[in-house]
Amino acid sequence: MQENRMTLSRRQVLNWIGVTAGAAAMYQAMSSLSFAAESNYDRSFALSGAPEGTSVLVLGAGLAGMTAAYELRKAGYQVKVLEFNAKPGGRCWTLRGGDRFTELGGATQHCEFDKGLYLNPGPWRIPYHHHAVLDYCHKFGVALEPFVQVNYNAMVHSTKAFGGKPQRYREVQADFQGHVAELLSKAVNQKALDQALTQEDRERLLEVMRSWGALDANGSYRKSLETSLRRGFAVDTGGGLMPEAVPSEPLDRKALLDSNLWQSIATGQEYEFQTSIFQPVGGMDMIARAFEKQVGKLIRYNAKVTRIQQSDKGVTVTFQNSDGAGDSLQENADWCVCTLPLSILGQLPIDVSAPMMSAIRAVPYESSVKVGLQFKRRFWEQDEHIYGGISYTDTPIGRISYPSADYGKPGKGVLLGGYLFGPNSYEFTAMQPEMRVKKAVEYGALVHPQYTSEFENGIAVGWHRVPWTNGCYGLWTEESRQQHYKNLCQIDGRIVLAGEHASYIPAWMEGAILSSLDAIKRLHTHIVASPKAA
Amino acid sequence: MRRFFATGILLSILVSASAFAADAPQLSTSGKFDETSGEALFHQVCQGCHMSQAEGSHGAGTYPTLAKNPKLAAKIYPIYMVTSGQGGMPGFKKYMSDQQIAMVVDYVRTHFGNNYSDTVTVEDVRTVSQR
Repeated sequence: MQENRMTLSRRQVLNWIGVTAGAAAMYQAMSSLSFAAESNYDRSFALSGAPEGTSVLVLGAGLAGMTAAYELRKAGYQVKVLEFNAKPGGRCWTLRGGDRFTELGGATQHCEFDKGLYLNPGPWRIPYHHHAVLDYCHKFGVALEPFVQVNYNAMVHSTKAFGGKPQRYREVQADFQGHVAELLSKAVNQKALDQALTQEDRERLLEVMRSWGALDANGSYRKSLETSLRRGFAVDTGGGLMPEAVPSEPLDRKALLDSNLWQSIATGQEYEFQTSIFQPVGGMDMIARAFEKQVGKLIRYNAKVTRIQQSDKGVTVTFQNSDGAGDSLQENADWCVCTLPLSILGQLPIDVSAPMMSAIRAVPYESSVKVGLQFKRRFWEQDEHIYGGISYTDTPIGRISYPSADYGKPGKGVLLGGYLFGPNSYEFTAMQPEMRVKKAVEYGALVHPQYTSEFENGIAVGWHRVPWTNGCYGLWTEESRQQHYKNLCQIDGRIVLAGEHASYIPAWMEGAILSSLDAIKRLHTHIVASPKAA
Repeated sequence: MRRFFATGILLSILVSASAFAADAPQLSTSGKFDETSGEALFHQVCQGCHMSQAEGSHGAGTYPTLAKNPKLAAKIYPIYMVTSGQGGMPGFKKYMSDQQIAMVVDYVRTHFGNNYSDTVTVEDVRTVSQR
């Protein structure tokens, strides 16, 4: 009997550890995509004392390019910017009703969203520790509002668990925590941890588990007032003669562990996704527009760079109209800050050293797809009481995110109906845009049946089809960073590179701005120390 | 749920082999590419950048044209590109088996105006993928 109980308890503990290790392994995998490091931003950043008449040509008017232009001009440099698009921002981009987007291959989508509704195809949130982005927003008067990442009332959905029925985040969260606490308590009571812990430790641990997991006096996680205060009630409390509260039934432990739904819960606990997170009011490109107010006059739009040359005298950049019309033009400057994505830059003839060229060619660009869907009404709020936040699904769309603004507003609403990475992202990119939208609606209807009757229109951006980036962001590996990253970031003659690809915060706007600030600081120091250009 | 997938499978049987671009494709569920033919792999993966007729495209940069491309003559070159990637192009070793890489490279080398008769084998791919 004793033997049996010990075996059982070991297995339970192993199960629990396996579950925990799974979460840790997932965290590791996710943080290798985007390194969980606080940005190293100096709020008092300012350059001054540019040698008189010194010019800098900036390539690209995304956030890295516009940051460089803003700060270098303030320091006294003569600055010009060349930009492929007809507008600033690069990947800091918002699609609204009336906008048109033509992707590579020629498919054109007309955004039909109602006034005030939008999709941010690229960056869509700003963690509180992305100090540089926040500081420029404050400085330039960009209004921010909270971005809801974790919503306890959103859904977590697996086609393979609970009959494909979406579960509430709060129920999965509370039950997973409760079941784990119960298992650990059992392990302690069955003496499985006697060697690791003193008697005092064990008693303290049992007490902690009771409180952490909402366990009863016997260390069990079961239907009760206490557990319902975490996971919600079957019948909520009311007033007057309304029905009394009825506790809810926790999910079965084995079914919950088998479901893998708990994986989605870990995401919101990551550093990058912890409260507070912000978004600009009205769309992410409010940041691009604010920068444009500062440096717009320096930017030449519709300029497609075709060649970058340098000598000991200066830099010459050849470009043409982005539509290919007209003759080649040239722009000369003493120095160059190049923020073109490596996916583009790697295809251009550019005079840089062999190590930098190798670095430029060493970074593949990740696939990602976002789909924005407009519905006749905000059914997620009206029917399901989901106000902002993210639902997770194991279908190809990955997640559904509800707008973090205009709660309770009557009329139409736009939600993020898909945010894809990995194989499904490639598959969505390969489809015609209308098919991407159609599939997003099909899969989303498994989470919200209202999709079928409420859907109106949608727009879908596959980042490998975006004409100014050929991909979503630079996909570094540990090995490629080891071999190439420092070479990529060097000042090479008269050229220095900047952008999210030249940062340890890939794909984030903070990475683009920090990379730019670091590049121009080094460049400025170098220029001031150099003999005056002829 | 079951019905949803069953309908999907039925659809994929009905879809004519040449109609990948227009009709609803079967999407992968395994976390890797589940496509089982060179044609499906090309039209559901490669087409994202190289386009449906392998014609490539141009924006700020380009995606190379694979149609009538003499660089495909030495099969090791496209095998290497698909397996390991180069420049902005990701390698697909992570998401495709050697068999799948062989199938899709073979498909491109025998379509779109390419007529290379030497078949691409799994062994060919293995020399690059080293697995």
